[in-house]
Amino acid sequence: MTARPSFRRRALGAALLLAIPALERASEPAEATLEAPAGPLDIQAEPPPFTEGIFPCSQCHDRAVDAKPKQLAFHDEIQASLHHGPPSRWCLDCHDNAKRDFLHLINGELVPFTASYRLCGQCHGDKYRDWRVGVHGKRVGMWNGAKTYFLCVNCHNPHSPRFKALKPLPPPIPPQDQGFAASAPASAPEPRKAP
Amino acid sequence: MSASPRLPVIQDAPAEPGAPFSRRGFLKTAASGAALAALAACKPAAVVEELERRNFKELKKDELAAILVRLEKRYSEEYGKGVTVTATGPMAGVNFGYGLDLSRCIGCRRCVYACVKENNQSRKHPQIQWIRVLQMEKEHGVDLTHATPYYDPELVPEPGHFYMPVQCQQCRHPPCTKVCPVKATWKEPDGIVVIDYDWCIGCRCCTAACPYGARKFNWAEPELPAAEMNPVTHYLGNRPRPKGVVEKCTFCIQRSRVGRYPACVEICPVGARKFGNLLDPNSEIRQVMERKRVFVFKEELATEPQFYYFYAT
Repeated sequence: MTARPSFRRRALGAALLLAIPALERASEPAEATLEAPAGPLDIQAEPPPFTEGIFPCSQCHDRAVDAKPKQLAFHDEIQASLHHGPPSRWCLDCHDNAKRDFLHLINGELVPFTASYRLCGQCHGDKYRDWRVGVHGKRVGMWNGAKTYFLCVNCHNPHSPRFKALKPLPPPIPPQDQGFAASAPASAPEPRKAP
Repeated sequence: MSASPRLPVIQDAPAEPGAPFSRRGFLKTAASGAALAALAACKPAAVVEELERRNFKELKKDELAAILVRLEKRYSEEYGKGVTVTATGPMAGVNFGYGLDLSRCIGCRRCVYACVKENNQSRKHPQIQWIRVLQMEKEHGVDLTHATPYYDPELVPEPGHFYMPVQCQQCRHPPCTKVCPVKATWKEPDGIVVIDYDWCIGCRCCTAACPYGARKFNWAEPELPAAEMNPVTHYLGNRPRPKGVVEKCTFCIQRSRVGRYPACVEICPVGARKFGNLLDPNSEIRQVMERKRVFVFKEELATEPQFYYFYAT
């Protein structure tokens, strides 16, 4: 996973630049430049992980609806697993009602899914600042050049962001079980005492 | 009494005019020359050449190139694929630093096995792993008397525990290089402590000197299946090792010296591993040091690691 095709990078960069008002760009902290020759937010990123066939949302959601929270007859999985902040959290807090292919910030500004980290950063400002300088999150590629930034949503499911427990890979084989200790019987090694 | 008492100094005649005493020079003296001639009679010329060569740091460009070509040929035949062996040198103005976020690591050991794969470590008999993940207790903090590498639950992280991966700390004052009797291991200008496997005599002094248990010894012929062998290798890094030599983490020298992140950084599912140039104030590792609570392991030993543990939260 080294350099991504440059057209995607340019397209994403252009999308980001369009989405961000000039004022805000100018107010970006200087140390937040992400080694970007073209612009402060021209980053390479993995595309957001959509479920197959789910995007664009406007395929089904073609108009604004009553914005009040309610039980939906669709998106069962997401409804069942929505654990993000207080129980009052609701789809249209983040997804835009009128333009479903976008998210919106608290001030109403539309944000494409590829820049969802801006939305996350509204509440998780400390993580956002750390992520921008590479302290939080993951990057792959070149430590001194082109790299791919994992977006918030590449690691955290936005609907259930807590990182899930994993099955660990096998523990190391203790030296006495590797078949070198000629004096110790290989079949019945001494039980290890807890340190 | 005449001036100061001195021990008698025995001066060796230089083997070649102007050259200091060297292994090569020694091998060319009459006694060893005869032994070598006998060896040459029964061994291929390459073996003799390898015995005759200088220390890695004294090799001339063409001598090193010849060694690399010979190794590439040997490994390619042995593993049945096009193996490359480079000896890419350090970049100017680069000193590597590594950061590990203890508040993120979940102990999944993905790094351990990515490292084994990338760096051609012996798989099971003997098993060699450059990274050892210690499970510790939150109650006791970083305390080796309450730590185990053998944890194996269904899921990690386990409640009440945290995880501390330990690998070579690339010390600024490495005890391991000091004790090496043959100068087979040394610290490079970019901070990486390396080993010349062809120079190592397997005395394991370095293994005993390292306070981090980072150095591993090949007690038996390494088990490296040809199909799994990573053919992109570095002379001082992940090229196949013989039985009887010591090896350890090199910050993936074959990757980091060409600008790539080490394999453990790229595999980490929680982004706990950070890597970069300590001399670049904008690098990730410098940002970590400026913003987070950072410590080095066994600070009291004054080894001054270039491997930093930190807590992002």
